Amino acid sequence: MPAELVANVIVAGVLTGLVYGLMALGLSVIFGVVRVVNFAHGEMMTIAMYATTVLFAAWGLDPFLCILPAAAAFFAFGYLMQAGLINPFITRPEHSQFMLLVAVAIIMVNGLLMMFGPSARNVQLDYQLESFELGAILVDKARLYAALAALAAAAVLFLFFRFSKTGKAIRACADNHLGALVVGLNVKHLYALTFGLGSVCVAIAGCAMVLLVDVTPALGPAYTLLAFVIVIVGGMGSMGGALLGGVLIGVSEAMAGLFIAPSAKSMFSFGLLILVLLFRPQGLLGKKA
Amino acid sequence: MNRREFNKAAAAVGAAAAFSPLNVLAQQQKLKVGVILPLTGYLGQIGQSCKKGSDIAPGVIKEMLGVDIELMTADFETNVDTARTRAERLIQEGANVLVGPFDSGAAAAIAQVAEQRGVPFVINIAAAPQITEQGYKFVFRNFQTAGDIVRNGLDLIGDLFRATNVAPRTAVFMHVNDTFGQAMSKGINAVLPRRTQLPFKLVDTISYDPAAKDLTVEVSKAKASKADFLLLVCRLNDAILLKREMVKQRWNPMGIISPGSPGMYEEQYYKALGKLSEYAISNVPWYNPAAKLTKVVEKAFLKANPKDRLEFHGLNAGFTFEALLIAADAFKRARSTDSKVLADAIRQTNITEKMTLGGPIKFNAKGQVEGIGSACVQNRNLLPTVVLPASAATAKPVFPFPDYKQA
Repeated sequence: MPAELVANVIVAGVLTGLVYGLMALGLSVIFGVVRVVNFAHGEMMTIAMYATTVLFAAWGLDPFLCILPAAAAFFAFGYLMQAGLINPFITRPEHSQFMLLVAVAIIMVNGLLMMFGPSARNVQLDYQLESFELGAILVDKARLYAALAALAAAAVLFLFFRFSKTGKAIRACADNHLGALVVGLNVKHLYALTFGLGSVCVAIAGCAMVLLVDVTPALGPAYTLLAFVIVIVGGMGSMGGALLGGVLIGVSEAMAGLFIAPSAKSMFSFGLLILVLLFRPQGLLGKKA
Repeated sequence: MNRREFNKAAAAVGAAAAFSPLNVLAQQQKLKVGVILPLTGYLGQIGQSCKKGSDIAPGVIKEMLGVDIELMTADFETNVDTARTRAERLIQEGANVLVGPFDSGAAAAIAQVAEQRGVPFVINIAAAPQITEQGYKFVFRNFQTAGDIVRNGLDLIGDLFRATNVAPRTAVFMHVNDTFGQAMSKGINAVLPRRTQLPFKLVDTISYDPAAKDLTVEVSKAKASKADFLLLVCRLNDAILLKREMVKQRWNPMGIISPGSPGMYEEQYYKALGKLSEYAISNVPWYNPAAKLTKVVEKAFLKANPKDRLEFHGLNAGFTFEALLIAADAFKRARSTDSKVLADAIRQTNITEKMTLGGPIKFNAKGQVEGIGSACVQNRNLLPTVVLPASAATAKPVFPFPDYKQA
């Protein structure tokens, strides 16, 4: 196997994995704080991808310029969804939360089908078909930009949780729910803020992903599943874990495709999931319950 | 005649009328056809293309044969299990015949239902050979099997190389790993070694998921094989993805040739890729632009889809239209919607005035039409253009392809 082929495949796997990681980061943040598993996660990203194609078609807006309006809209959407729909379910049994979010996901998929039909949509920009040449390695420009956007978004989110007052309050909620209530934190507001921030991650990932993948309504469930696999491998609630999980899944799928069979790629990521569940159930960077 | 004799006579006439096939026609003047297509999912666009053929069929067939058709269209969502349940539902709702589904996996599932329930099933497009090898009595196919597609496709590749005086030595074979792709792969592996006149050999075979969202690895492997050209069995979305990835990875082989698969002649392929779609070659069962029926269908097609062109849907809409024509023609001759009578009538089909290339539509004992023709279709000026056989060609073939930057 030529070394340059392996290197090319690894680079592509890492870059795609970072975008996957940003998508999963939203799921991880929401679960880590609100303790609700967002089963509509992939569907939300699909909506962000459609929004980007609409903005591109209407005004020729580059997907990276769509990040700001999409992030703002998704923050508001996520906040309202948590405040109006999910907060009443926080104290209910987990199966009720599951049914609620699955119902939301189904509505989203069918809404997209009604609005846009089943045909694939995309954005077409010159740099999508271009690549940088680093010696024998070809780096896909769109993939590189998408990965950089993912890294930047993850860094901003990390800094927000680490250094801002609100971020610290959210972390306090996640660490000790009762304690947060005792010291007078508005937990429901903080939950809604967290859901909004998770949705922002999804929006940015969607804007970046549309450069790499054509969007159809049917993409949502596949990405929800992928986000789960990444978050479980990386560690539920761990921000670094989500990014690491994304990169691991991206690279392992690429290597499986290269050394075994391309059609066995997904099988490999699920194999990795089983290994993690067997030997480190809390995920690679997750904390033991 | 006394009252008792009159009653007996009336009862006898009533019974005869009630059980005669003529009465079935009299009671139900319309043929209810359940059309099962993948209108959503990764085959959604091709399913929509097939639907354009079924949508215009009732009007055209009414004019041709005087037969009324009621369409009952169902979406199987590119999911084999859904195809099975949709077939069951359509039969429960009174479908007399099933038509569809543009997918071998779904066709195999629907065929089982049709056979169990004794309802004729006319396959528009599906190539896996095993579907008509099961001894089914209610399953009919007016489309080439994978073996036929491969044989015709490879023969046309030989014709292409002769016509362009080029002899590539190597090819890398990429194929989708669904039922159709695997059937085609088996066909190629069986037929290619026997086509000794073809100058090339396969240096690598790469299968991939037809619903793949990323083909980076697959294209990297194919590029690393350094093959002269790409032999491709694809669907639509993956064909688009693959071409984009080839451009990104700056892989410019002599050409891309499909020995018989959808994808590269579909309207969406041109829309999504623009100039990058140029020169791709598909050796596929195709329609005859010069046929009388084609003109009739084209007129109805353009009336229903004023902004569209039949060239983009010729194969999908053409074979779907013909499947409905077969059902309507049998209904007209059978004068009944009784399943067995209808199936027997379909078995006796002999339609000479058809839209697609090849001989008349006649089913053999297995329910398979033989002698369906293929054409070498090359993308030229953003239109699927017949370049071989010379008798049906409207342009000369171009091979090797020019660099995509010059396209």
